[in-house]
Amino acid sequence: MFKADLFFPHFLRNQGSQDRSSVQTFDFRRIWRQAVIVTSLVALVPLVVMTLVNYKLTRKSIEDEAIVRASRVTSTARHSVSFFLRERLSALSFIAMDNSFSDLMDTNRLRGILKRLNASFEGFIDLGLIDGRGEQVSYVGPDDLQAKQYGNQPWFNEIQKTDRYVSEMILGYRQRPHMVIAVRQKMPDGGFFILRATMDSTSFVETLKSFELMSRGDLFLVNSEGKLQTRSHYEGNLFSTVPYTLQYSGEQPETHHDRSATGEAVIVGTEKVPDSPFVVMIVKRGDEMIRFWRDTGMILMAFVAFSVVVILLVIFAVSTRMVNSMYLLDMRQRAAMRDVEQYNKLASIGRLAAGVAHEVNNPLAIINEKAGLIKDIFSFTNTYAKDEKIIGLINSVLASVERCGTITKRLLSFARHMDSVFEEVHLNAIINDVLGFMKKEAEYRGIQVKTSFAGDVPAFRSDRGKLQQVFLNLINNAFAAMDKGGTLMVEVQMETLETIRASVIDSGAGIARENLDKIFEPFFSTKTKTGGTGLGLSITYSLVKELGGDIQVDSTVGVGTVFTVTLPLRPPPESREEDNGNPTR
Amino acid sequence: MEILLVDDELEFISTLAERLRYRGIEVIYTAKPAEAVELVKNHCFQVAVLDMKMPGISGLELEAQLQPYCPDMKFIFLTGHGSEEDYVAGKSVSAFYLLKPINIEVLVAKIREAAVSEGKA
Repeated sequence: MFKADLFFPHFLRNQGSQDRSSVQTFDFRRIWRQAVIVTSLVALVPLVVMTLVNYKLTRKSIEDEAIVRASRVTSTARHSVSFFLRERLSALSFIAMDNSFSDLMDTNRLRGILKRLNASFEGFIDLGLIDGRGEQVSYVGPDDLQAKQYGNQPWFNEIQKTDRYVSEMILGYRQRPHMVIAVRQKMPDGGFFILRATMDSTSFVETLKSFELMSRGDLFLVNSEGKLQTRSHYEGNLFSTVPYTLQYSGEQPETHHDRSATGEAVIVGTEKVPDSPFVVMIVKRGDEMIRFWRDTGMILMAFVAFSVVVILLVIFAVSTRMVNSMYLLDMRQRAAMRDVEQYNKLASIGRLAAGVAHEVNNPLAIINEKAGLIKDIFSFTNTYAKDEKIIGLINSVLASVERCGTITKRLLSFARHMDSVFEEVHLNAIINDVLGFMKKEAEYRGIQVKTSFAGDVPAFRSDRGKLQQVFLNLINNAFAAMDKGGTLMVEVQMETLETIRASVIDSGAGIARENLDKIFEPFFSTKTKTGGTGLGLSITYSLVKELGGDIQVDSTVGVGTVFTVTLPLRPPPESREEDNGNPTR
Repeated sequence: MEILLVDDELEFISTLAERLRYRGIEVIYTAKPAEAVELVKNHCFQVAVLDMKMPGISGLELEAQLQPYCPDMKFIFLTGHGSEEDYVAGKSVSAFYLLKPINIEVLVAKIREAAVSEGKA
């Protein structure tokens, strides 16, 4: 029941009902819609805004983190590269200082030095001694470079100023990338010589590989024009130009956002390696960078989606329950209003009827007496005693007067609001009294009377006389409906802890559906031709209401009718002060 | 047997008185309540039949005025309407209460019944 109410509440079920009484005070569907929309907005907008802000902040934080990390890796890599080069340059300087020019002219000695160098540092290919004019005067290595002239080459001029030289990567005729490092050593006679070595790039590249693993990016060296000096995973072959802006200054790493050749967003970190033509460059791909953020974001989104669903379900359920309660309350109020209207209608009709009855009653009494006197004169004087026609006419007048009198008496009793006298009564006993009174008539009409009284119906405070009249009217009514005999059943049981329910069930002709709504109205009768006044059920209705109870009717034509009277165990509040026998009216 | 009949509707009581006489009951009637008091001052009746509602006075008030002169007199009330006084009167054990239009035989029976109870009161 609760689930059905939750997903398909009462106020949605009555859609399109044409019943006048179902015209609602409020548009509950609109209220429900507004409650759901407003509550949803109030609950969800802050959640969504917070989530978006959080999303942006997290993204920015992760990007900042990626930049810091790129910057750190760039710096560390630059230091390693610097150290690598400085170490080898220092080794060359030491050899140049430790050996005289003539010592180094000795090829065998030079070969020994190259051997020892390779034992200490990997990657030396050859070693050459160049005199102050630029001629290679001694050489050990795989090529025949003895007496090669370097005097006209740019690096020879450059080393005059810096004493040290590191070349860019050269492919050479063996198609193996290598580089040249050289140191200048002054001699006591004022001249100088240069010790020049060629180095394989392998060990150099090895230095960078460990950083690649660390940074999960692409780490390589470029020259000042952006040409690749070491291998790159994504940026093309050696010596091809990278598509990134080269930003570097001083000794600090610099990072910036850039786009790769394929248009991918990347973070680029750069730092110049001092005393060399190299620039360390790290490129971090966008997807690498935001993978962590994306994972976090997915969890965040899943949580938000779950929260939204839960919030909407709760809002839906709470709004539905709330509006449904309002709707049911409104329904009850309107039902109560209808009852009050009905009661007021009956009361005003009753007052009108009583006024009419009162006015009619006095002349009726005179007619009654005059006709009675005529009859008396005829009867008592014997003059017309045998004139049956006149006696018949007078009897007819008297019968009609009596019929009018019955109507006016009933009207008056209907309108009269007698004070209720509340006392301890047993409903079962009252009904048995009434049935006893009707016993003869039941036998005469061939009606079988049955009763079913629940044992737990207690004595309660009510008005004995009114209850007698109520059940007398209902049972009379039931008898009238069973022309050809039938069964009358009277049931009494507790309805709730506070109310008793008494049902009068007949197997009579039944009441047509269109008449069911009108049977409690005064003067509504289907038996006017057979002497019905149309007041019996109105009076019954008024009496039950005076006792604080309710009366309902249910009927099926051809099957029978059930009148159900519900009575409170406690008298209605406005009657209680009358319990002590002091009428207030 | 002699009774007093008081009702403001002269037409009604004159006819009713005549009918009662046919049934052997002697009736003095008046349409004026004040005159009824005067009548009772000089002579007590066995039964007084009073209308419940008359101009300026109710049947119960008139009963209160008549009672001191004739404590043994019995009262029967007639009424044409369902007012509170009627109900109170109807509840009273010592009084009879009839609704107009009345059945003459019922009234006669009540009068005789009241007259019989006179001695016991």
